Amino acid sequence: MTAAFGVVSISASVRSGEVRALDVLDAHLEVVASHEAGVHAFNEVTAEQARVAASMIDGIVAGGGDPGPLAGVPIALKDNLCTAGTPTTCSSKILQGWHPPYDATVVQRLAAAGAVFVGKTNLDEFAMGSSTENSAFGPTRNPHDQTRVPGGSSGGSAAAVAAGFAAGALGSDTGGSIRQPAALCGVVGAKPTYGLVSRYGLIAFASSLDQVGPFAMSVADAAALLDVISGPDPMDSTCLGEATARSASRLGSGVEGLRIGLITEMQGAEGMADDVKARLALAADALSGAGAKVDQVSVPAVTFGLSAYYLIAPAEASSNLARYDGVRYGLRAPGSADITDMYLRSRSAGFGDEVKRRIMLGTYALSAGYYDAYYGQAQKVRTLIVKDFAAAYENFDVLLSPTAPSTAFEIGAKSADPLTMYLNDVFTIPSNLAGHPAVSVPFGVGDDGMPIGVQVLAPALAEPLMFQVAEVLESLAPPAPLSASRRSLRALGAPADRGAAL
Amino acid sequence: MSTEPVVPAPSSGWETVIGLEVHCELRTQTKLFCGCRNSFGEEPNTNVCPVCLGLPGSLPVLNRAAVEYAIRIGAALHSTVQASMFHRKNYFYPDMPKDYQISQYDVPINAGGWLTLPGGRRIGIVRAHLEEDTGKTTHVGGGGRIHEATRSLVDYNRAGVPLVEIVSAPDMRSADEARAYVDELRAILVATGASDGKMEEGSLRVDANVSVRPAGSEEFGTRCEIKNMNSLRSLGRAVDYEVSRQIQLIESGGVVSQETRHWDEGAGRTASMRSKEEAYDYRYFPEPDLVPVDPPEEWVASIKASLPPMPSERRERIAEMSGLPAGSEAVVTVVRLGLDDLVEAVGAQGADTKSVGGASPAVAAIAVKRAANEVASDLAGAANLERSSFAKLVRMESSGQLTSAQARTVLKSMLEAGGDPEVIAEGLGFEAMESGGLEAIVDDVIAAHPEEWARYSEGEDKLAGFFIGHVKQATQGKADLKSASALLRSRR
Amino acid sequence: MPRSITTDDVAHVARLARLQLSQEELTRFTQQLAAVLDHARDVESLDTTGVVPTAHALPLVNVLRDDVVTPSLDRATVLAEAPEVEDHRFRVPKILGDSQ
Ligand SMILES: [Mg+2]
Ligand SMILES: [Zn+2]
Repeated sequence: MTAAFGVVSISASVRSGEVRALDVLDAHLEVVASHEAGVHAFNEVTAEQARVAASMIDGIVAGGGDPGPLAGVPIALKDNLCTAGTPTTCSSKILQGWHPPYDATVVQRLAAAGAVFVGKTNLDEFAMGSSTENSAFGPTRNPHDQTRVPGGSSGGSAAAVAAGFAAGALGSDTGGSIRQPAALCGVVGAKPTYGLVSRYGLIAFASSLDQVGPFAMSVADAAALLDVISGPDPMDSTCLGEATARSASRLGSGVEGLRIGLITEMQGAEGMADDVKARLALAADALSGAGAKVDQVSVPAVTFGLSAYYLIAPAEASSNLARYDGVRYGLRAPGSADITDMYLRSRSAGFGDEVKRRIMLGTYALSAGYYDAYYGQAQKVRTLIVKDFAAAYENFDVLLSPTAPSTAFEIGAKSADPLTMYLNDVFTIPSNLAGHPAVSVPFGVGDDGMPIGVQVLAPALAEPLMFQVAEVLESLAPPAPLSASRRSLRALGAPADRGAAL
Repeated sequence: MSTEPVVPAPSSGWETVIGLEVHCELRTQTKLFCGCRNSFGEEPNTNVCPVCLGLPGSLPVLNRAAVEYAIRIGAALHSTVQASMFHRKNYFYPDMPKDYQISQYDVPINAGGWLTLPGGRRIGIVRAHLEEDTGKTTHVGGGGRIHEATRSLVDYNRAGVPLVEIVSAPDMRSADEARAYVDELRAILVATGASDGKMEEGSLRVDANVSVRPAGSEEFGTRCEIKNMNSLRSLGRAVDYEVSRQIQLIESGGVVSQETRHWDEGAGRTASMRSKEEAYDYRYFPEPDLVPVDPPEEWVASIKASLPPMPSERRERIAEMSGLPAGSEAVVTVVRLGLDDLVEAVGAQGADTKSVGGASPAVAAIAVKRAANEVASDLAGAANLERSSFAKLVRMESSGQLTSAQARTVLKSMLEAGGDPEVIAEGLGFEAMESGGLEAIVDDVIAAHPEEWARYSEGEDKLAGFFIGHVKQATQGKADLKSASALLRSRR
Repeated sequence: MPRSITTDDVAHVARLARLQLSQEELTRFTQQLAAVLDHARDVESLDTTGVVPTAHALPLVNVLRDDVVTPSLDRATVLAEAPEVEDHRFRVPKILGDSQ
């Protein structure tokens, strides 16, 4: 068990003075030192800043103060979250060396709660991808098997938690970029309701779909992180103006009497592996055994989610990524004859293939003569998906589906064919289009011994209910294998804890 | 850039059609989407933040005051203030930090409307929408001309400053009318408090869509958009040039192509700036970082209620008071210069019958003329002018106490150094006719000729000369005949 | 649904998006985009008459801030990130053509 290295347990023992934040940090940094070269979860490890922060936390505790609900918790940040003075690259050459002059709101909130930042994690360039292979700085590898991908785009964050580099992490999820890598790395990952968490300082991919969310080793830990980062922010017009119920507020309530729907359209999808299907069935049975009423439910429009998403997200991205033009910051190709030449050469040199593909796809979908057929139609599909979910939630409290169609695949297996790669997100995309929350919970392993995740979907702002069900699922899951590096985390604190950690 | 000959003024047989797009910078404290100062003429790149620099991760948040100004403008232009949303207009240009402009597209905050020119013509307004301004680009090397520059320098202080873009219908038919429209619009914008109206500082920027068509034709010709005119004079010159160019082109067998042309003030001509084979495709789509604006009815109503009277209403009022036409130069000048209160002050003093606000039309007309002439030509001195003293002066003139020449002299002195008109007149040795002297003489003459007076009263205007002749005789030519005429009219 | 995407279309959108493509890239990207768009064609089969498009799954309106000045960034910090600076301004190569 790693409970001793969970978000909630670390902060509890740091706040009580039982362990020092600096020791917690060093234990994690030791694992980073020994395993990061193989995993490559980070674009940058901020060890020195983290030590300063951890010492300050210890100082506060020593002085009788309370550093906050995340006191001394080592956190990894996806490298598309702005950190003042620390390079923020989106794993793109076009932003290499850029130092934001400000912190993302979520970063400010974590810091104010006493979190300690271990580093900035690798991602698919500008969060476009499902394997973290599309990084200008090389792929991240799955801590459970380094020949395999960790999923993506928040693969670095998922891997950092799975590898024991950090107790928790933040990622961003536009079409499944938290949940899919969480599933592939055997950790918990949640995408909140659109508007629950501020996007200020999250470098935009597709603005109407992007949300920041947590990774952790347990459902309770993920809920605790989400509770710190969520809430109104005057810097984000699309952030809900009023506080909502705490995500962790219904933990421990069980599932007795809850109505859980198995999404029919997400059981027989093309390319879905048998072991994933089998795990989903076991999860449904387990919940049923715990007192929930589990039944099939049809959400017809979700089958069009992937198509709608691959029109809407690139369209927004094509506009969001226009600003990387070599004028104000980031890469500029030298020696250009005129401004257009400078744009062409800087952007062509700075962006990778997947980013270029999506920019062109989105430009095409928005361009004169195609808007109605592509972007306009996709926005209508979005309306249908919202309607179909609403109908499903008339009869069910939460819905259940696999998170990803298969376990982690080999590095390079899908990189030649973009469409095959896109199909990884088929189960996660509908929640983004609807703006609803969803969480991936590890539920055993596949035939290859790699983790499988089950997704719990909930209506807008029903995070408490979603985590309530997810926690029950977690408690009923077969024992999860820990990565070798996480197993190597040095035990700390009281002898009882030390035993638990080992 | 092609060189084109300077051509003569528009020939007959053609009709000019002009529509104008006016960008008005709003006088908010801060920018449209961030808290940076909205201020002209500061050190470059000092009023910038992550939002208005378009830094990665930054997000816009709409300024309430900008929305309020937009509503004020809409209300003043008789527009429908409606629920609206923002779109992104995508194109690359270094003065635009995000390489898209946040603007309103198919659902602007103000739809429709009109304004009335002093001459009475109504010009349609298509829309007046909110959008953000761009930064300022300076072209360096090659004498500052864009096409000869070796490089350009960008200052983002202006980037994100709130603009309302007012798009007129293609209702104007001459350069003069275009200028009159901008003049009127500027007065309205200043009256709403939304703008300082300074064209020279770029607070108001005008683009003109110009086309020509055979006189009598119903169809529009192909239009060109003219940019870079920074005064009313430039606007007039540019439109005249462009009209001549298009007519000459068509008459010589050519075809006008729809394009953007820049006005070159020095060369006195417009020139195409469009780079070849570059199609415009702005790829508008709803701005996902902002939510719709749907101003509550009570808010709109309270904004409308707080608006001062607009220039056309003020002209109407002055016209009604003075009997002068609303489009007359004197009335237009008084309103343009905001001298209405001088005229009102005269009204507040008297209690004549047949008057609006207390003064007879004849008296108010004198006030309008004095304000539009002497006061208008010494606006700095107007600060010395007590409203009540001005009113007294006008009374003295209208009653014949001062001739109009004397009144002008006294007024000039008042503008220079203030003071009481009676004291000044005395000091100048203007022989004061006995108070009410002229009035008494006029009344005597009327009483002596009841039959003629009855005919005159019923509208036989030419009899005025008859009475004035008698007044002249009775005063041995000392009377101010204008005042006598005014008195005569006021008795009618 | 429109016809299949061509290399001319891709060259056009690349130009609009200020991306420079080699001949090889043009061919490859055209094939890849065509495959994605072919898949996306399934949205065509949905009857969306009378369906209102969703731009945003968020029921918010009138999010407004007060017109109050907040601190701007330090100019030196801002310009330190710029590829080229002259006279406290961002320097760019010469501009051909119109600001549109
Ligand atoms: Mg505009
Ligand atoms: Zn700003």
